[in-house]
Amino acid sequence: MINLRHVSKTFRKQQEEVHAVRDISLTIAQKEIVAIIGPSGCGKSTLLNMIAGLYPPTSGSIIYKGERVADVNTDVGYMTQKDNLLPWRSVRDNVAFPLELSGVKKSERATRADQVIAHVGLEGFAHRFPHELSGGMRKRACLARMLLYGAETALLDEPFAALDAQLKLSMHDLLLRLAAETGQTVVFVTHDLMEAVTLADRVLVCTRRPASVALEQRIELARPRDVLNVRFTNEFKELYDALWERLRVEYHEERL
Amino acid sequence: MVVCQVTLGIVLLVLWQGASGRLIDNFFISNPVDVGTRLVGWLKDGSLFVHIWATVYATVMGFIVGSVGGILLGIWLGVSPFTSRLLNPYLSALNALPKVALAPLFVLWFGLGIESKIALAAVLVLFLVFLNTYAGVREVDQDLIDGARLMKATRVQVITKVIIPSATSWMFAGLKISVPYALIGAVLGEMIASNRGLGYLVQFSGSQFDSAGVFAVLLVIALLAVVLNFLVEIVQYRMQQWRVVGR
Repeated sequence: MINLRHVSKTFRKQQEEVHAVRDISLTIAQKEIVAIIGPSGCGKSTLLNMIAGLYPPTSGSIIYKGERVADVNTDVGYMTQKDNLLPWRSVRDNVAFPLELSGVKKSERATRADQVIAHVGLEGFAHRFPHELSGGMRKRACLARMLLYGAETALLDEPFAALDAQLKLSMHDLLLRLAAETGQTVVFVTHDLMEAVTLADRVLVCTRRPASVALEQRIELARPRDVLNVRFTNEFKELYDALWERLRVEYHEERL
Repeated sequence: MVVCQVTLGIVLLVLWQGASGRLIDNFFISNPVDVGTRLVGWLKDGSLFVHIWATVYATVMGFIVGSVGGILLGIWLGVSPFTSRLLNPYLSALNALPKVALAPLFVLWFGLGIESKIALAAVLVLFLVFLNTYAGVREVDQDLIDGARLMKATRVQVITKVIIPSATSWMFAGLKISVPYALIGAVLGEMIASNRGLGYLVQFSGSQFDSAGVFAVLLVIALLAVVLNFLVEIVQYRMQQWRVVGR
């Protein structure tokens, strides 16, 4: 469904060239949940931006459902690392924004927005403005908006980084349930290995910048997964350790 | 505080009255009594209202025309990088030009009537509002635009639902600072060529060596400016209440 062919990206800052991504080839199947994990600042976000079509790769190509991504890819819902809620709109109007853009009637918008707002546990905050919310709440509002947009693919850039541990668990649970319900393809970036193994069908370990795939690991844990207890199983521990062995190298090199 | 302020005013008036004719010739600085008499005279025969109305009308119309033009131009150039780069040197030159120098041209184009005053006020307002709107549009967070485009927003929707709301606080800042300039434009226009308005009246009184008349008109213009500023403050307050401006 999503095909990356020898994708590289180089940014030019004045005289300096920054290689963010180097020669990544990757195929993501429909309904697959893929986690991309790696040291921070390694070019993971760049990868998502390119899949979303916000900018083209320097070389290589990205094929989405058989077509080359040349402009913004409106088939994806993209939750960026920085929440991009509109500051002059209340949470409800922000969440309902995609419906407003497609011309859904106001009353229907409000009803549907309130449903997803409840889904992410923001009931009672529908009238609040983004600056009145905590970082985690803003993230959840973004998630709600993405759910309402209902894209067939969700790109998530460190979606749960700002949440506390308990909330993270319930969001993991929500994400897995919704993905199973809607059959969404999910690609998410994280630096939390626990999160990656808990959620994904496949984990890609990225090297330090420029990012390339160092290791690809299938996560054959049964679904539906119990996000709380899956981590105490032996299978989980083996996968976790194997991935950590490889990931650790990247972090070690970073220190040295 | 108010008491002190009023007292200071009275003291100044008394000093003015005392100085006039004794320290400085009455011809140059007139005196409060004469100024008052002149004002009352104009109020009685109603001629002052004609002039006030002419100036207010030119100010308001100039403000409206200028701000609409400035906002439209600002948005248009803000979202069209090519055109804005193309026009940049010309707009800079126009902006650097003292707008008052355009007055004779406006008289030529629009005649001696109110239109030429509206035009001068509008040009002064237009550039201020344009520059602010343009800056506001350029300042819009690209991530917000990208986000909207990913959710299938059309170009028009991006402009109306992301760019304009995001730039409103800049636009209102521009509108606010341009109000006094609308008044300046109207009064200057009237001073240059007119038979009506406060600018005309101050010019006329001066040419008659009527210093009391000049001071009387200045007083009226100052009051008008205060009223305008007060109205702007009220509008701004309401805007903040509606969360149009605040972030």
